[in-house]
Amino acid sequence: MTAPATPLRKTPLNATHRRLGAKMVDFGGWDMPVQYSGLLDEHRNVRTAVGLFDVSHMGEIEVTGTEALQLVNYVATNDASKLSVGQAQYSGLLYEHGGFADDILVHKVADDHYFLCVNASNQDKDYDHIASHNTFDCTVENAGGRYAQIAVQGPRGLDTLQKLTPVALAEIPYYHFKDGTVSGAPARIARTGYTGEDGFEIYIAPEEAPRIWDELMAAGAEFGIKPAGLGARNTLRLEAKMALYGHEIGASITPWEADLAWMVKLKKGDFVGRDALIKAKDAGLSRKLIGFEMVGRGIGRDGYEVHLKGAPAGWVTSGGPAPTLNKNIGLCYLPLADAEIGRAIHVMVRNQPVEAVTVPTPFYKRAK
Amino acid sequence: MTYPEKFRYTKEHEWVLAEGDTGTIGISFHAQKELGDIVYVDLPKVGAMAEKGKTIGSVESVKAVSDIFAPVSGEVIAVNELLTTSPEKLNEDPHGAAWLFKVKLSAPDEVAGLMSAADYAGYAGDE
Repeated sequence: MTAPATPLRKTPLNATHRRLGAKMVDFGGWDMPVQYSGLLDEHRNVRTAVGLFDVSHMGEIEVTGTEALQLVNYVATNDASKLSVGQAQYSGLLYEHGGFADDILVHKVADDHYFLCVNASNQDKDYDHIASHNTFDCTVENAGGRYAQIAVQGPRGLDTLQKLTPVALAEIPYYHFKDGTVSGAPARIARTGYTGEDGFEIYIAPEEAPRIWDELMAAGAEFGIKPAGLGARNTLRLEAKMALYGHEIGASITPWEADLAWMVKLKKGDFVGRDALIKAKDAGLSRKLIGFEMVGRGIGRDGYEVHLKGAPAGWVTSGGPAPTLNKNIGLCYLPLADAEIGRAIHVMVRNQPVEAVTVPTPFYKRAK
Repeated sequence: MTYPEKFRYTKEHEWVLAEGDTGTIGISFHAQKELGDIVYVDLPKVGAMAEKGKTIGSVESVKAVSDIFAPVSGEVIAVNELLTTSPEKLNEDPHGAAWLFKVKLSAPDEVAGLMSAADYAGYAGDE
């Protein structure tokens, strides 16, 4: 073994995870908990009760100034002018050629202040990308170091968090947020998540994170709270068909292909990647993302080849067991003409074709 | 963790129990713990030839796929059908009910070259 070139980055909750006996892994250069009690247990606990996730590795970028909206709308695909103060939206950061630099959450804090949550491993790249397009009267700050982020996810998430905040959580609609306090410390409380469950993501000062984590664990004890790691986060998001950068989306994938056309607003005016997206649409898509379920014995996993009529036709972007559904599921890219529900496909599992069928997504949708 | 004295162990975390010319093969407590929740076990077919050090199957947890390397050589004479329907047994009883397969040892001397329980316990480093 050779030592990594750079030491792993740690969140403010690193010692907490170790105390809780988490299994730690290198996740994109971050020393992160992959599981505590066990992936399946954590997954099911988020679906039925409440789970606590440290997602402090995620990046934050602040755009402030009189033309903050113009910059955000120039670098991101969705239309931030539609946001009210206290509202969030899912959006894409694209390169000029129409491929993804990242997928992000845009929060409107004020008319002259937008708060972006970006992927951990992309944060410096995203900051450079956004700053390089800043010809507007506004400032871009790479603010990841000023925030820890904790996700409280599951049907009892609201009950848990409500015990620690005076903010009326039930009044925050999905994809909205409020600034207030948690355990007496300033917090941005967003009703967002990456699990397919109801829940909240809170942005707090790093030095407050260990105390707030412990208080959340204590507050949620009566509801069966458990810490949950990146392993469960991945199976939860896959069941809900939420994209993961580097898997469903990346520099060679457009939003059209990734089934994310809804986050692209061509009519809002010019933005980075718009011309390429229009051309790609006019030329016609060659491939599209679609869900599948394994029929034969075997598990289709990330990167496995997909065959149609005995010939290579695409690849699995994410795949594995779906603990809530007791099935083996996945997402894959297929030629557009074949990206239809009910198509018989084969996933190549260690050089053996295993039968699968394309299915509607999301695989899991919570009862409202 | 106490590892059964009558087993011999590999660096790839398999165990072998040799009884006459039959070798029963499984994965260690340490291996199942590292893998986490096991959801699928791919076993060889009866009649297949196991060759020491070569891949003969795989064990999959929710997150990962791990190859099973044959710790000894021989013809596969039985596979544990329990694992087809209940792969989670590998987490619960890796040294007992959740054995993987049995071979007719073609080179019984191979067994003596594997690690003893004490050596393996030190190698695996379980607390």
